[in-house]
Amino acid sequence: MMDRTEEVTCILCPNGCAVTVSSRQDPLSGAWLPTAVSGNLCGRGEAYAKQELTAPRRTLTSSVAVDGGALPLASVRLTKAVPRERLPEIMEEIRRMRVSAPVRMGQTLAENVRGLGADLICTRNVEKKPAQD
Amino acid sequence: MTERRDVIIIGGGPGGLAAAAELKRQGVERVLVIEREQEAGGILRQCIHDGFGLTRFRKSLSGPEYAWRFLSEVRASGAELLTNAMALNIEAPEEGTGGSFTVTAASPSGLLRYRAAAVVLAMGCRERTRGALAIPGERPAGVFTAGAAQAYVNLKNLMPGREIVILGSGDVGLIMARRLTLEGARVLGVYEILPWPSGLPRNLRQCLQDYGIPLYLSHTVTEIHGRGRLNGLTVSQVDRARRPIPGTERHVPCDTLILSAGLIPENELTRKAGAAIDPRTGGPVVDQYYQTGIPGLFAAGNVLQVHDLVDYVSLEAENLARSAARFLASGLPPCPIPVEGEGVTHTVPHFISGTEDAVVSFRVKEPLRQGRAEVRQDGRAIYAKRLPRAVPAEMERLTLPSASLVSQNSIKVVISHDG
Repeated sequence: MMDRTEEVTCILCPNGCAVTVSSRQDPLSGAWLPTAVSGNLCGRGEAYAKQELTAPRRTLTSSVAVDGGALPLASVRLTKAVPRERLPEIMEEIRRMRVSAPVRMGQTLAENVRGLGADLICTRNVEKKPAQD
Repeated sequence: MTERRDVIIIGGGPGGLAAAAELKRQGVERVLVIEREQEAGGILRQCIHDGFGLTRFRKSLSGPEYAWRFLSEVRASGAELLTNAMALNIEAPEEGTGGSFTVTAASPSGLLRYRAAAVVLAMGCRERTRGALAIPGERPAGVFTAGAAQAYVNLKNLMPGREIVILGSGDVGLIMARRLTLEGARVLGVYEILPWPSGLPRNLRQCLQDYGIPLYLSHTVTEIHGRGRLNGLTVSQVDRARRPIPGTERHVPCDTLILSAGLIPENELTRKAGAAIDPRTGGPVVDQYYQTGIPGLFAAGNVLQVHDLVDYVSLEAENLARSAARFLASGLPPCPIPVEGEGVTHTVPHFISGTEDAVVSFRVKEPLRQGRAEVRQDGRAIYAKRLPRAVPAEMERLTLPSASLVSQNSIKVVISHDG
């Protein structure tokens, strides 16, 4: 039986707690199972640290090209965190995307992106480009 | 023609918007915000990443969403928002006359002049440039401040470069390291002159480590190379006095240098108005009611002291607004007690009343664990706050109860290690 201790910086809020996670290796499966968590100021920190050591998840923010808008881009974000290693393929999708003005803050641009259960939503309004006189 | 207002706010960023909404809630009638950009919201408009609002709204919002909440409040409140207008001058009333301020602004419809009993400074800060950092070398294109790079990428849909080095580990630089990587650029490294990072721990994790971007502490850029376009940098290790160590030079080929090496409160108007500036913060000297040395002239947000989080800018501006409303209605208590610091980079405010509780903000000079911030007066400790883990990147604050004071003499915030 083996023990190990790791430190995880929680990214959920600006406190940025340094969370220490002790784990023990299961002799049969070889999996590391957390035995003690300390250094976190709240319960979310414990859940985050355990998740981070097994399967890290991240939110994603970016921007999408807008056709006919007063601005060339609309800022966007995922509605929840997804597995970290899937971010590059979501970025590919966002790069290919185009929307037409006007767009509204909160508007869903893509549902259930890559089947990961998170939607891509707009985080600002972009009005139509005013007609030139 | 001179128009009359009760309060004029200079700047429509997070500080100015929060102050405007709170002034209206406090029943102040004529509130005017003067904003030089076409759109209010300040730097939040280009901060499309999330993590804003966790303290203020208990929710992780992107910059534009956070700004939108305050902008909607301001619009609904009946405060007046004048965009595309640049405040040029604030003239304070003659001392003791109880007269009004005169604010002059330039706008597309000409020069505007307003009079008001109180003025709120909410101009925010600007970035330290290559000139301010005095980096030697040639003068090629390809050197950007992190905020300028952020505006190009997030607002204009332009990439500043492909092979990128970041100087300074401030949060905007870390955020841009991630953003540029996601957009296909290669960020070769972040070089920080100090022996510790300037940005928040969570940003080191999610912006650098997640993408395998190296952070070089005690390093700086000692020469910029390139004719026309930047084609490389010389980087060197520095000693404890931040002097480059001869023999440690290394050439780094790249096409872009991004600077994230500090923010400077933008106080030209404040100086012109005659208010004293604290050289440590670069912001005005204020009392616990956010009032400068000139009665009726208030300051909060990054123009007062560079904050780590926008949530605290909003909260500070709301506190300011309550004080300004009190100033208009009944006046504010005198603040005779000076505040000093030891082991901290600065303390804000500079004076407290002694008759009401006061929030004191500061930053530690060096990272520490299991420390405490002690407030001393007349040589003895009158209040203490534990600091389990403090870093210079974070702004600390404590609320000093007025009952803990033992005299009218100065108080001192002292950082010490426990045990």
